[in-house]
Amino acid sequence: MENQLDGNASAGTLQAIFPFEMTEVTVTCANCDDSNLIAETVVYMSGMGTIVRCPSCDHALIRIAHAKHRSLLDLHGARVLQFNGDH
Amino acid sequence: MEGAEVLGRLNWQFGEVVATQRETDRAKSITLSVPDWSGHRAGQHVDLRLTSEDGYHAERSYSIASAPEDRPRVTITVERIETGEVSPYLTDELHEGDKLELRGPIGGYFVWEASMGGPLFLVAGGSGIVPLMAMIRHQAASGSSVPTRLLYSSRSLAEIIYRDELERLAQGSKRLEVRHTLTREAPTGWAGYHRRVDADMLREVAWPADKHPLTYICGPTPFVEATATFLAALGYASQRIKTERFGPSG
Repeated sequence: MENQLDGNASAGTLQAIFPFEMTEVTVTCANCDDSNLIAETVVYMSGMGTIVRCPSCDHALIRIAHAKHRSLLDLHGARVLQFNGDH
Repeated sequence: MEGAEVLGRLNWQFGEVVATQRETDRAKSITLSVPDWSGHRAGQHVDLRLTSEDGYHAERSYSIASAPEDRPRVTITVERIETGEVSPYLTDELHEGDKLELRGPIGGYFVWEASMGGPLFLVAGGSGIVPLMAMIRHQAASGSSVPTRLLYSSRSLAEIIYRDELERLAQGSKRLEVRHTLTREAPTGWAGYHRRVDADMLREVAWPADKHPLTYICGPTPFVEATATFLAALGYASQRIKTERFGPSG
């Protein structure tokens, strides 16, 4: 079952990888160059994984696939992830 | 904007079911006691994970309904989706004393704390009320003076979640106003709206734009998009409108 959600729903999956609150991270699309908060992206989630899509052009920004004992993270569609603050 | 908060990676932990409450025919609230709960902010959610005997995992995100002041108790409200693989278990088979695996709190965007001020305009479609209820409960529990208006769209009277509590909170407070609209059946003598949220309704219910309201909209995707578009036309600043969209999450 695949659900269309927004970036708020992907935050747990992303925060299991990145040690940040991810909904307020800005992602720049490698296809159309538009920048949006992760919270404002379009997200599809299913048992197999999560796809974060650009709200402007629908390009796949981030793909996370879950398999037994491993996860695969594909950031090919995201040109830049911007984390604000001092790290 | 504040910086991305360094939180550390999220870990799964167990909570014990300490209470359940039926809210409507399809919605049930589940209160968990989570011993190591770090505390949450109103609007955040948790991920729940169910594991079957063969090791298969199913994960779902659920908004937290309770106020941060209830720590270490966390309440979620789950709407039963007939064809779902998680929600029927949560609404029908879970009992006090059962353990549930969860991680959270999650999310920093769709969050309201009393210190962020207002006036607050909350717009809910269906079970989109859940994170907004956490904000309303936080407002009450913290004694905040932020004036708050809720516009809540449901299909029918019987499907309004937290109806009695909202009425009680609004009656006991000068700061909270609650308006309902029903999109399908309405009982005879119904005093609320009886149609989908539209521009005229928002003009009547929403704060005037020159009060610089802080707005949170949660509901199905088309509901959220339509409401945000109407509010922009009324002069609402897009950076003061926060949205959370959901599809049916089984």
